[in-house]
Formats: sequence, C-alpha cells, structure tokens
Amino acid sequence: MAQPALEIRDLGVAYGRRPALVGATFSVPRGVMLGVVGPNGSGKSTLLKAVLGLVSAERGEVRILGRKVDGRTRRLVGYVPQREDVDWNFPVRAFDVVMMGRVPSMKFLRRPTTRDKGLVWKSLETVGMAEFAQKPIGEFSGGQQQRIFLARALAQEAEVLLLDEPVSGVDAPSQDEILNLLRGLQERGKSVVVTTHDLSSVAERFELALLLNGRVVAFGPPGEVFTPELLTETYGSNLMILKAGDRTVAIEDGHTDHRG
Amino acid sequence: MVDFLVEPLSFGFMQRGLVASVLVAITCGTLGSFVVLKRLAFIGDALSHASFGGVALAFVLGANVYLGAFVFALATALGIGALSRRGRVSADTAIGVLFSGTFALGIVLVSTVDNYTTDLFGYLFGDVLSITARDLLTITASGVVVLALVAAFYRQLLFVAFDPMVAAASGIPARALEYLLLTLLGVTIVTAIQAVGIVLVVALLVTPSATAYLLTRQFHHMILASMGLGSLSALLGIYLSYYLDVASGASIILVATVLFFVAFVSRTLGERLRGKVSHTT
Repeated sequence: MAQPALEIRDLGVAYGRRPALVGATFSVPRGVMLGVVGPNGSGKSTLLKAVLGLVSAERGEVRILGRKVDGRTRRLVGYVPQREDVDWNFPVRAFDVVMMGRVPSMKFLRRPTTRDKGLVWKSLETVGMAEFAQKPIGEFSGGQQQRIFLARALAQEAEVLLLDEPVSGVDAPSQDEILNLLRGLQERGKSVVVTTHDLSSVAERFELALLLNGRVVAFGPPGEVFTPELLTETYGSNLMILKAGDRTVAIEDGHTDHRG
Repeated sequence: MVDFLVEPLSFGFMQRGLVASVLVAITCGTLGSFVVLKRLAFIGDALSHASFGGVALAFVLGANVYLGAFVFALATALGIGALSRRGRVSADTAIGVLFSGTFALGIVLVSTVDNYTTDLFGYLFGDVLSITARDLLTITASGVVVLALVAAFYRQLLFVAFDPMVAAASGIPARALEYLLLTLLGVTIVTAIQAVGIVLVVALLVTPSATAYLLTRQFHHMILASMGLGSLSALLGIYLSYYLDVASGASIILVATVLFFVAFVSRTLGERLRGKVSHTT
C-alpha cells in the first residue's frame, strides 16, 4: 500500500524535434485526485499518453503502483480519452463498450464468463448507466458517453484512472455528476488523474494540482500552488487573474471560468 | 419459375460461379464491415489495383497468379506505411503513388504479351463464370482462413477498430492487429478479383457493408447483414448476367448498388416519417 499510484521521474517527450514535455518529475500517492492544468499545448494529454506508453518517452521513468509499465501493469490503469478521439458512429451498444474493458484479461478464444458480465453490469451501475446498457453509443450525450467510458475503465478493474479532459464540452450538471462520481471512486481507494481547464473544480474538489507548461511549474495542494505568480508562470498572458473583493477569478483564453 | 432458377445450374461453370461468388461475398462482407467503419475504402481500392502488377508478372513468368497478386498487394500495404511514416508524404498521397505505379507496371507487362490480353482482362473486369475447380479451391481455402482469423480475434479487432488508443493503452497489441487486418484485406481482395475484377473489388467490399450499416445497430449484426446482402447480390447478379447476357462481375455490383439505394431511401423516408409523427404528438 505504501507504493505511490504513479511515480514519474525526469519524463521527457518530443514530437519530432519539438519538445512536448521536459523533465517532469512528481509522485501521486494512492487514493487521491490530481488535477493537471495548463494552457492548450502545455503537454497535458502528452503526459497521460506517455504514462500509458502511447507516445514513446525520450527519457525518464514511469512506475505505476511501484511497477514498471508492462502488459500486466497496463490493466491496472484505466484511460478515458478525449471525446474527439473516438468514432461515435460505431455500431456498438453501451454494454459492448464496457465489455471491451474485459478484453485485455480474456484468454485467447474465450467467451465472456459470468464474472466478466457481472463486472460489466456492476460498472454500468456504478456510473448510473445500467438501464441504458442496450442503447447505441452514438445516441448518448457527451456526459453520458464519458460515464460509459469510465465504466469501461472500472470493468477493466483499473486502480489508477487517467481521464483526458472529461468535463470539456459537457454541460454543467453533467460536469458535476462526473466529478462527484470520481470523488466516490476515490473514496473507494482508486487514484484519479484528470486533465482539465476547469481551475475552480480543481481548487474545490482535488487534493493535488499539477501546473504544466511543457514542464512542471508547480505540484502540490491547490491552495498552495494556485497563486497568481505560479498561475501567471503557467499560463503567461493567456490567463487573466481578476480580484473582486475577496474572490479571485481566473479567466483562461477561450475557456471562461468564473466560479473561483 | 423453378425452371428459371434451376436451368442455369445444369452447367458446371454456373455452379462453380455461384458457389465462388457467394463465398467471396461472405468473406468480403466480414472484412468490408471493418473497411467501412475504419474508412479504408481507398486503401482497399489501392491494394486491388496494385495486385494487377503481381497478376501480370506471375502470368508472364508462368507462376501462380493468386500468389503474385497477394505479394504485390501486401508489399503495397507495407510500402504505404513505410512512405507515410516518414512524415513528409501523407498516407493518401503514398497510396496514390504506389497503386498507380504498380497498376501501370501491370499494364506494361500485359502489353508485352499481347496474345494473352483477353485472359488478363478477365482479371481486370472479373469473369466469375470462367472459374476452374482449382480457383474454387483457392477461394474456399483463403475464405476459411480469413473467417477463422477474424472469429479468433473478433473481440480484439472490434476494440482496436472502435478505440485504438484505449485498446493499446490497456495492453492489446493494437499495431499487430492493424497489420493483421491489412493482411486479411489483401487475401480477401486477391480472392475477390476473379469474381468481380480488380476494378470492382472495392465495391464488393464497401457496398454491402455500407447497406448493412444503414440497417443494423450492432457490429456483429452488421457483419452478418453484409454477408447476406453480398450473397444476395452475387446470386441475383449471376442470374441476371446469364439471362441478359451481360458481364457477371458488373451485374453483381449493380445489384449491390441498387440494394444500397433502396436501403438509403427507405431509411431516409422512415426518419422523415418518424420526425413528422413526433412533431404532431
């Protein structure tokens, strides 16, 4: 239990000659929620993909629950990609999508066992989508699609959940539902890493925040790292910080955020 | 009516042609569902055209024509990957360059052996009624291999097709499965060439599956429906070609095309109708 969920040391990624992530080092304890924030192109998605081995790191080391990343450890990590990365016109039902989470552990030529089916139903219930199990994936709203993808990660029996902008392009009540859902999973011992533009949610609901801008600008509890100096260092001129009385409002270019 | 259906079956070439084209339609329906959803139609067309170079070369050398076609199709598929991975050439440009190049090679080779051109034109436009017992054996064997492999890796292939990134992230060998799919596509195209011809192979891959997509909501239903629609097109097309004395490959594809438009129009009308009903209630 003492092993951290995620241990990242000097991680560097480049696309061609353009560096996307430089010397990232941090460690996420088990059972916490980490919010990764930073402007567009700051390497948020790249960080998640490098952890999962979807982009090859030039240097550095990633350990998941104390183990090197191999086929077996990958199953412990559940990944929910950005909505644009998926073809929603595919003829599959919610149940089929969640069952995909069981495929990595299925033996060659085996059909789903009762245990596999049980896990799929349990995961669908956890995210509140069980009654829509037979509906085609394309007929759901953005927030519901995120919840079904989250159920797939749960069916995979993942301990660490990586979500790439799960609340972007989703209406406010659904954002709330998704974040509450993640909180519930965290209380059951899952470790959760979320990239987001929603600074106020991170401030209100997350234990840890990572400020990213090609490199790690700051890492720690949001109360400590969400300072005007560090936020300006992260966002440069893309973030306006307004003080209105005792409230601080952060406005990111293209992503308005006025609850903070 | 019975006579109408049975009479052509008294000819061995008709029996072989019917069996072969149904087998090809079943194999194409399976792969075609992946082709339609993964938008691989252009690459499918490229592989079939590229295989003509192999057909012609094997013909000139007196080697196995299917083997030649398969080698060329596979080399083109790998060549496309190699060219486009360097970054400067996009995949569809690489496809355009390679398939027209290998196709041109085929034409040049054919023009050197002018007395055989009619035989080779059979490969271009398909001549399912000239299929020999040996051809039928090749088509059956490769069809069985393709269907068995798709069945064995069905769940993995579906996962990779729907969401390649998450599949790779969770430890599924996504890259290897994509190459498997391309190889199976190559095998399928090569066996379909005899039935409908190089120029029309892509239609047999795409059209029945596109129709099936309009009619179904689950992937395995889509595969079964495109197998059925492809087989129906093959049967009707061959009977049409027998009674109207027209080219068999082309009439198979025309039937498939008509079925597609029937499905498309009835679906669009159905949606309109349902839209109207929900407005009035």
